[in-house]
Amino acid sequence: LRLICTTAAVQRKNAGASGPEKYTEAFIKKQIEEFNLGKRHLANMMGEDPETFTQEDIDRAIAYLFPSGLFDERARPVMKHPTEIFPEQRKIQWGEDGRPFHFLFYTGKQSYYSLMHETYEKLLNVQKHQDQLIAQDLPLQKEKRNLAGSRWLTKIELEEMLLEKVSDDDYSRFIQLLQKLVALPCADIEEKYIQKFSKEVPVQLQKVVIEPLQYDERGVAFSTGEGRRKTASATAIVYDNGTGKITVNGIDILHYFPVLQDREQLLFPFQFLGRIGKHDMVCTVSGGGRSSQAGAIRLASAKALRSFVTEKEVEFMRQAGLLTLDPRVKERKKPGQEGPRRKFTWKKR
Amino acid sequence: QLDRGCALHTAARAGLSSVPSQDVPAGKPRAVFHTSESDPAKHTEQHEGRLYNIPLEEVKAVFPHGLPRRFQQQIQTFNEARVMVRKPALELLAYLKGSNFSHPAVRYVIYGERGTGKTMTLCHVVHYCSRQGWLVLHIPDAHLWVKNCKELLHSAYKKDRLDQPLQASVWLKNFKSSNERFLQEIKTQKKYMWGKHESTEEGRPLGEVVEQGLARARSASDAVGVVLRELKQQSHRGSFRLLVAVDGVNALWGRTTLSKEDKSPVSPEELTLVHNLRKMVRNDWSGGAIVTTLSQTGSLFKPSSAYTPQELLGKEGFDALDPFVPIPVPNYSPREFESCYGYYLERRWLQHEKALTEDGKAELQFLSGSNPRQLDRLAGPL
Repeated sequence: LRLICTTAAVQRKNAGASGPEKYTEAFIKKQIEEFNLGKRHLANMMGEDPETFTQEDIDRAIAYLFPSGLFDERARPVMKHPTEIFPEQRKIQWGEDGRPFHFLFYTGKQSYYSLMHETYEKLLNVQKHQDQLIAQDLPLQKEKRNLAGSRWLTKIELEEMLLEKVSDDDYSRFIQLLQKLVALPCADIEEKYIQKFSKEVPVQLQKVVIEPLQYDERGVAFSTGEGRRKTASATAIVYDNGTGKITVNGIDILHYFPVLQDREQLLFPFQFLGRIGKHDMVCTVSGGGRSSQAGAIRLASAKALRSFVTEKEVEFMRQAGLLTLDPRVKERKKPGQEGPRRKFTWKKR
Repeated sequence: QLDRGCALHTAARAGLSSVPSQDVPAGKPRAVFHTSESDPAKHTEQHEGRLYNIPLEEVKAVFPHGLPRRFQQQIQTFNEARVMVRKPALELLAYLKGSNFSHPAVRYVIYGERGTGKTMTLCHVVHYCSRQGWLVLHIPDAHLWVKNCKELLHSAYKKDRLDQPLQASVWLKNFKSSNERFLQEIKTQKKYMWGKHESTEEGRPLGEVVEQGLARARSASDAVGVVLRELKQQSHRGSFRLLVAVDGVNALWGRTTLSKEDKSPVSPEELTLVHNLRKMVRNDWSGGAIVTTLSQTGSLFKPSSAYTPQELLGKEGFDALDPFVPIPVPNYSPREFESCYGYYLERRWLQHEKALTEDGKAELQFLSGSNPRQLDRLAGPL
């Protein structure tokens, strides 16, 4: 890699390349060629057709050839197109004679100011159009944009787009300008421009699908749920019209969980909904220890109870933390330490 | 012992209340759980699930030993002894009332899971029998005789046997206090030698034998043996009824934790007390009944999930006790649970505000699984 003199504005911390090394165009081109060649080799290795080898196939092949148990996805081996790996960087912004290409170069934040200028131009455009419509006495279009489902670009995303650093102040000014633009009634003209800076926000709840109740031979409604907690996994089947009897792996809970704490964990979903004596439950559980099995059954029963209960109560349950998978697992022991966090006893000499 | 105690405890709570002769309460919910019948002889299915009261003096007289620890604490707290009338006890009482005393003694084995009320059922039956005027031979826990014995003496009577002076004297003391009048009436039929110089002549009241055993710790176990033998022979003749109530009978045929001086383990037959008790429990006499309880809690070397007679008695014990009438004791039925809960409420044992609500009751029922002992332990801190 040849070191290239670039402006200080190119150094940004959001992109991966934070060191002083920058990549020449020739280097990038070479990387792309190597990537394509490698892609064909990989396709041959996997016995697939090199012509129709997509990125997903590459990912699957790499995951198969280099299996990794690392938790962080970004630490695992990856083979992607160089444009995705090497961050974008600005080309040299001045010519051979030393004159910069962009007219705003000497402001220091050329892309930011040019963006502001552009946006303001659009704003003036809209205002002119609005004045024209008023002059012609035509009704102003008032179609409200769906602001609830979209958000503006974050500061980091904006930095990535402009390839230069943006300060907080500048960012807020830009967002204010955009909002001012959107507030005007005739902003639909510039809809395409605005969409470049807004993103869809998926609503949380819409993703979860609650299964309907099933009915068994006797006509009793039941539903199933699965839960896991720290290597214990459980499946629970909750029946309606019951007496509050609970069986785990064929054994009554009094015998399976002699400790009060575990039984309280099982009680929690039913007590929260106020349905203690109304449902029967049959569960199977394996793995883990006493406490994690109790937690797994609790999650499974809460998930199964969702089908019996209104959506509002499902939301209450979610907020109470009954439906969330507990992500805590045993942390790995590191070399040079006695445990995951504990260090060896420090001796002064 | 504790789960027996707890079972008894909660069952006792279901005891009587002092509502005068009216079983149906006049509008007061508290009286639903109580009965005024303090004579077990008159208990019928109508009284099932209700608690009856035993006057405190009677408690001291009839049960010097034998009540579970927790129940005794509860008596002290509430200043009254209440026992719940439950189905197994009613069943047993019905059998006893209808039994023919010229036939050999019938053996009843009360069994059930931990903490369901076996010992309390036994105490209910003992109370009934003492009210009826029987001679009650109540061994509170046979497990006490096969473990944690500090002193073991070689028996003077037979070479291989081992004596336990401490346990024997404790038991004799309690036996004496509960059956005073009988000890004066019953006379010995043989002459017994206690060592070289002391002896008890024929025709002396049995109380003297007991005194002898209490005075001389060495001969206490032999005194126990003599008492047992005399009682067996005489009840055969029919002058009085004899009830042999043994709690934790599976201790008689299990293993012991004791060992001799050369560290070899002691088997139960080598203990005088156990040997004599085994002879008592055999049904070769008539004129009474044998009511026993299985207990897992004090038992040695048995898994905690074992509760059936076969598992706890082992082959030997089962053959020895066979044939017997098994009486299972289940957890509380919903009605019994209600009455127990009502009793706690009434005595203000449950102080937590949530415990007083319907939800709290459902929670208690769920968490305790309607097991009397669990309920008792749960309600304690509340």
